[in-house]
Amino acid sequence: MKDILKDLNKAFENRIRLGIMSALVVNDYLDFNALKNLLGVTDGNLASHLKSLEKTEYIRVQKEFLDRKPNTKYSATNEGKAAFLKHIKAIEQLLK
Amino acid sequence: MNFKVLFMNQQKYIDDLNEIKEMMNKSSKFISLSGLSGISAGIIALVGAYFAWINIYSETGYQNFDRALLSWEQLIQLLGIGFITLLLAVGFGIFFTRLKTKKAKQNIWDSQTKRLLINLLIPLLSGGVFCLLILLKGYIGLIAPLTLIFYGLALVNASKYTLTEVRSLGILEIILGLIATYFIGYGLIFWCIGFGVLHIVYGIIMEVKYKS
Repeated sequence: MKDILKDLNKAFENRIRLGIMSALVVNDYLDFNALKNLLGVTDGNLASHLKSLEKTEYIRVQKEFLDRKPNTKYSATNEGKAAFLKHIKAIEQLLK
Repeated sequence: MNFKVLFMNQQKYIDDLNEIKEMMNKSSKFISLSGLSGISAGIIALVGAYFAWINIYSETGYQNFDRALLSWEQLIQLLGIGFITLLLAVGFGIFFTRLKTKKAKQNIWDSQTKRLLINLLIPLLSGGVFCLLILLKGYIGLIAPLTLIFYGLALVNASKYTLTEVRSLGILEIILGLIATYFIGYGLIFWCIGFGVLHIVYGIIMEVKYKS
């Protein structure tokens, strides 16, 4: 029991961060607006959660210009994918 | 006390798992495909086939059902019928899907839609051009089987990015196309089954299954 709880990742406790990771592990990348539409959250809210996932190096940020407009792409790092998988497995263990 | 905390957490984790599943699906697949667009496409295809039938067999009569000899004029009319049928089917498809995305407050033109369309259109357009070329060479009998086969391949290819039922629909269309290749001359009948009946059946299944 204790071991399983250890595998639960604090970074994914929050529902929005959980949603961001879920979307990013099945897509090569998503831009800010795609994530915003998917999650239905405000710009500021999404930005702060993205920032915290970026700090833990679970996601990677890529800035580029599309038709002279800035476009930010987010993708999950290998570390992030592994951590997320571990988290899901821990939840499944807990529910068994 | 401890027990209560554990129980509350359990509910949270069940919700978490559901959220993960939903997010993975929503972000990678176009799931707002409306069953109604399938039904309408099927009905339009049947109406189109009826006009084509009148056009082909207007002079030869009922007796020579399996023999179709076409003049250039008829051929151009047939292409016209085909084009209008396609336009109407796609138009209604977009209309019904739009209704559904609006209800779900989703954007119809997002990255999932684009990915779905690109993967659908690659086999479909290749098939379309191929069929036109074959038609110009005079192989009219092969048009119905080939359109069914290419449409089926397009559906199988696009099914990764949308509802899973689309894959089995595609496989059925391919099988039907192959059978139709053997029974050349009965193309219109197979065409009616593939584009008409199958669309209607699948449309109804999806409408019932995903009605929320």
